[in-house]
Amino acid sequence: MGSYVPNTEKERQEMLQAAGYSDMKELFADIPEEVRLKGELEIPEGMPELSVRREMEKIAGKNQIFQTIFRGAGAYRHYIPAAVKSITSKENFVTAYTPYQAEISQGILQSIFEYQTMICDLTGMDASNASVYDGASAAAEGIAMCRDRKRQKVLISQTVSPYVIRTVKTYCHGNGMQVELIPEQDGRTDKEVLKDRIDAETACVYIQHPNYYGNLEDAEEIGKIAHEGGAKYVMGVNPISLGILKTPAEYGADVAVGEGQPMGLSLAFGGPYIGFMACTDKMMRKLPGRIVGQTKDKNGKRGYVLTLQAREQHIRREKASSNICSNQALCALAVTVYLASMGPEGLKEAATQCISKAHYLAEELNKIGYRTENQGNFFHEFVTQSKVPAGETLKALEEHGILGGYPLDEHRILWCCTEMNTKEEMDEVIRILKEVQGC
Amino acid sequence: MLIFEKSRPGRGCSMLPKCDVEEIMLPQADQRQKALHLPEIAEGDLSRHYSELARKSHGVNDGFYPLGSCTMKYNPKINEAAAALPGFTEIHPLQPEHTVQGCLEVLHKAEKYLCAITGMDRMVFQPAAGAHGEFTGLLLIRAYHESRGDTRRTKILVPDSAHGTNPASAVMAGYKMVSVPSDEDGCVDLEKLKEEADEETAGIMLTNPNTLGIFEKHILEITEVIHGCGGLCYYDGANLNAVMGTVRPGDMGFDVVHLNLHKTFSTPHGGGGPGSGPVGCKELLAEFLPSVLVEKEDHYYMKKPEHGIGEMKSFYGNFLVVVRALSYLMTLGKEGIPEASRNAVLNANYMMHGLKDIFPAAYGKSCMHEFVVSLSELKKKTGISALDIAKGLLDNGIHPPTMYFPLIVDEALMIEPTETESRETLDEALEVFHSLYRQALEDPDSLHQAPVTTPVTRLDEVEAARHPVLRWHFEE
Repeated sequence: MGSYVPNTEKERQEMLQAAGYSDMKELFADIPEEVRLKGELEIPEGMPELSVRREMEKIAGKNQIFQTIFRGAGAYRHYIPAAVKSITSKENFVTAYTPYQAEISQGILQSIFEYQTMICDLTGMDASNASVYDGASAAAEGIAMCRDRKRQKVLISQTVSPYVIRTVKTYCHGNGMQVELIPEQDGRTDKEVLKDRIDAETACVYIQHPNYYGNLEDAEEIGKIAHEGGAKYVMGVNPISLGILKTPAEYGADVAVGEGQPMGLSLAFGGPYIGFMACTDKMMRKLPGRIVGQTKDKNGKRGYVLTLQAREQHIRREKASSNICSNQALCALAVTVYLASMGPEGLKEAATQCISKAHYLAEELNKIGYRTENQGNFFHEFVTQSKVPAGETLKALEEHGILGGYPLDEHRILWCCTEMNTKEEMDEVIRILKEVQGC
Repeated sequence: MLIFEKSRPGRGCSMLPKCDVEEIMLPQADQRQKALHLPEIAEGDLSRHYSELARKSHGVNDGFYPLGSCTMKYNPKINEAAAALPGFTEIHPLQPEHTVQGCLEVLHKAEKYLCAITGMDRMVFQPAAGAHGEFTGLLLIRAYHESRGDTRRTKILVPDSAHGTNPASAVMAGYKMVSVPSDEDGCVDLEKLKEEADEETAGIMLTNPNTLGIFEKHILEITEVIHGCGGLCYYDGANLNAVMGTVRPGDMGFDVVHLNLHKTFSTPHGGGGPGSGPVGCKELLAEFLPSVLVEKEDHYYMKKPEHGIGEMKSFYGNFLVVVRALSYLMTLGKEGIPEASRNAVLNANYMMHGLKDIFPAAYGKSCMHEFVVSLSELKKKTGISALDIAKGLLDNGIHPPTMYFPLIVDEALMIEPTETESRETLDEALEVFHSLYRQALEDPDSLHQAPVTTPVTRLDEVEAARHPVLRWHFEE
């Protein structure tokens, strides 16, 4: 078996005696006999490192790695600069706990302060927290920030990612907020219905921009409807798109949230990812989770601390704004290094390539019978409708080692392109799909 | 210096090749008006910047880290190697099932191991951290009562020694939190518990051993009282490191548990996450679990629980953290798991004994994996507080214990050495504690000044909260 206990059997005995005991059993004397485990744990015997490595490699080998991916739907393959992995592997970052002891945690605290600044810069908002679990839980927490005694309802668009909608429903079932779905009209939020439904009990309106289908919403108009109804406006945004797209702040959002995975985190079968959250100054004290602030030490030197802790569970217990304790700190560091490596021009370039490639593929697919459903502008995702069943299309691509778009139903596919997809790959998709159609 | 202060216009790294299709621009109306201020910095300077920040951070690998309730054990390297395998990192969460058989095997195997250790029947890995797991577990309890049309149950009982996440989670799940006091032994006051437990009780949240490092001897009576009034019992797995392989939450009468893979199962804390807070339950709650269960026939497949509470977040949890924990479980196995636990308890008792003359434990003569000392006598005598001693430890390369928790102990320091520390490390730490104690008696003023060897001295937290500066402001 493997073990990470350094002390030998002899040393353990000596320590036991030094502490005034003669048998290890005495230390467990408080555990009543009737609850104790009889016999051994029913798990396999331990293994030395080489055996574990072999076993893990064998298991990992049972997954299929697609070299070419045209699937997004909430998880996106982007280029990850080599510096991201290198820096986020440093043991001082990896093996530290939450930076409770500021004097020996200035590195981590400063990196979070930089992260918060970058999230504010991307979104145009005033304040950011240190991260939450992922984009879906960020949406749920962002919505919870908006409730007050009289306003207990959220209007959420049907064009939001299904995982986000389902997560919001779960959280709201807990805290008692009502969730109402605003239907879609041609792949975008139906503003007329929204106008009808908004009332004095509406705490906030939540939309995703670009939405689940890749479409750009009429985000400015929706914000106006929300505010005219006295509700807050919460936007879920794609961070890469913010290299080019108007910021949530420019659309009038009170809270901006999103899935940070596209910024330097691998697909990893769904996690760990990171949820970012930012808001206006006015709502700052309602943000959940850790927040780092700048201050000075006794000698007047600039330093960083966890701050506004009066919102948090370890101080406020049942009155806290959220129960969150651990967040996704190491992922926040990855995001920070990603954004610093890309720089303003690099991020803009990534966003431009996403749009350009998605439009190229959409156009080529259109030519061979995969009609693009999106009517207005879209970012890096789009939906096609075809006579050929989605299953058949995707199977043909899979046989060539390509992960095609995500099947929405029998004939509709949600495609995604990023800077990772080359023209060659896209032309290959077209060639394969022409064969499928027998033309 | 912040990375923004090192930024110079025109500098940068080169990452992407030129676009190989025609460039498309969106209409001006859709484009951002405000310029981006991300750093413009060469890769060498960027790399050096974060090396500097790493030097100003202290992890388990930098020294002893007896942060009570956080189980800061060594994070084995093989776990990292396993989690870095491309067969795990490059897998899209929405790939077809037959192309993710390895990922499903990881979840299935981890479930088998952890159910055996906890005495639970099923487990899901979607919750991303301990608090997320608590929230999930409470929603299971709520779904159970609701499914039986039992809508009177509005309160959750929580001992006054509990972690702050417990009451906060209870409120998020729509419950009223009722605090149960501790008795003179630091355990749940059984009489008070009986008074509170009634037909409005949805359940109790408990960690055992509790946050004082004391095993609740009357655990069977406690869970019987709750079950007797129709409630369910929730086990907060924060302190499982003390008892794994010796006693299982399932056998103590618990119906639902969460684990902290980033504590008990050796995955790193990452400076505050990502963690992983899987939730396990007895069969009677399995139909309400969120996310998906992984089933095995001739292949692995995912199945949604029949009356599931929905999703707690996207996809299947912090998967790579589960890979690390599985690697640890495979390494330790049936002998190593109880061995780890026994040595965690031994190390804690060794330290408790070594400190008893200067910093006596607030409760108990022996402890499980951790113990809590009170410095209130020292403070009365010398003016030196738990905070001062903690700051003095910083100058000695030791991460301080958890301070001022649990709330029921005055001037508390909560010490959890874990099993991966050698006798020498513990002896050195004891020597540091003793010398700080002497310093407190002889030269208290010098301790008020500590730390003096760190990159910054004590920081003004009041000012930080009163006038929050939460970001760097760019010159426009």
